[in-house]
Amino acid sequence: MFALFKWKALFLSWDVFILGFAITILVSLISLIVTLSISLIVGIIRCSNLKRSKRFANWYITFFQNTPLVVQIIFLYNVLPHLGIVFSPFICGCIGLSLYTGAFGATVIEAAILAVPRGQFEAAYSQGMSYLQAMYHIILPQAAKIALPPMTNQTVNLIKNSSVLAMIAGGDLMYRADSWAGENLFYGPSFIITGLLYLSLCLPLSKFAQNLEKKVKTK
Amino acid sequence: MKMVFTYENMIFLLRGLEITLIIAFSTIALSFIFGSILGIARFSGKGILAKLSAIYIDTVRNIPLLLFIIGFRFTLPLPPVASAIASMTVFTSAMVAEIVRGGLHSVSHGQWEAAYSQGFSYVGTMIHIILPQAVKKILKPLMSQFVTAIKDTSFCAIIAVHELMYSGMIVMGKFVTSTQAIILYALIAIIYFTLNTALLKLSNKIKF
Repeated sequence: MFALFKWKALFLSWDVFILGFAITILVSLISLIVTLSISLIVGIIRCSNLKRSKRFANWYITFFQNTPLVVQIIFLYNVLPHLGIVFSPFICGCIGLSLYTGAFGATVIEAAILAVPRGQFEAAYSQGMSYLQAMYHIILPQAAKIALPPMTNQTVNLIKNSSVLAMIAGGDLMYRADSWAGENLFYGPSFIITGLLYLSLCLPLSKFAQNLEKKVKTK
Repeated sequence: MKMVFTYENMIFLLRGLEITLIIAFSTIALSFIFGSILGIARFSGKGILAKLSAIYIDTVRNIPLLLFIIGFRFTLPLPPVASAIASMTVFTSAMVAEIVRGGLHSVSHGQWEAAYSQGFSYVGTMIHIILPQAVKKILKPLMSQFVTAIKDTSFCAIIAVHELMYSGMIVMGKFVTSTQAIILYALIAIIYFTLNTALLKLSNKIKF
């Protein structure tokens, strides 16, 4: 693991790791944007009194929270082509990650909206605002503050879970590290570098979330 | 439809489920023990043990599980299932430790002072006063972490451990039509789903 020539080989093929790292970041960013929109919509539906959409939202959340991400992504990758829908592994990964993390994000948003005092709604209504206006101008800005730390944790999970792309040859960091190590059997250095790269993405985010949580508690 | 539910396929999937359960429950039991130790060590705050466990928790929590699974398989001389259990334990312990620490922090500081004033030692306070109160707050996040552990066993398919997901992928190789593929994956999803919801329902029933 600590043989010098292995590390030399690794640094000579640094472009493999950087490319994988870039794809991991790209997948995470795209999925994060979609995740945020899904969790906002589903979270607001869960707090509303639309009966049918609410039941649908409940089904979505329980199903996607209780089945593994691997099953979902392999389903997208292996079964949809049978139906004539072919996505590239990259797109499969984005869809799977967004749906999976969205189910968790929705509960975060729901909890945050419910944490805003009920009186805020009533005050907004008494000013003549509609439901959506009250949501947009009054409730969501307050809920966003509450939702930020748990949502950051979900983002960390999203980045970590993006390594699932390795199972469908998605070309992300994990996949490239694994196949690079598989070619020359230099497993140790390859996995250490991969771990450090993931750490450099996730550690600042989770520290940020921890600090925010501490701030909320001391208030 | 008939091709999917043959005796052979079902037995094959059940064997996969067995391995999944073995990995999941060994991981849950082991990481509960190690996670509690790590969490309490970090909570205690001072000394080299607390520092070490803090570094361990922060590092492991920010690295994907898949890296541990693949890394353990290819760098340690362990058989596949043992390697899967070991890597998942390393990862889940850190998660459990953080949950335990959060639960301990949520018990108010006055409880400590009251216990000390009654002459309890640090360990005595921990066992008799703090832990029983913390357990209530830990239970729910702990259960959802265990559900995550069951879901995460499907990652082990990448190192060709014959758990449910991998068995499903092997059976999939025999199929050609879209109905068969959809039914098979629906079946696998439903098995995981029932397992996890059953565990969650069970945890809701436990009361102190």
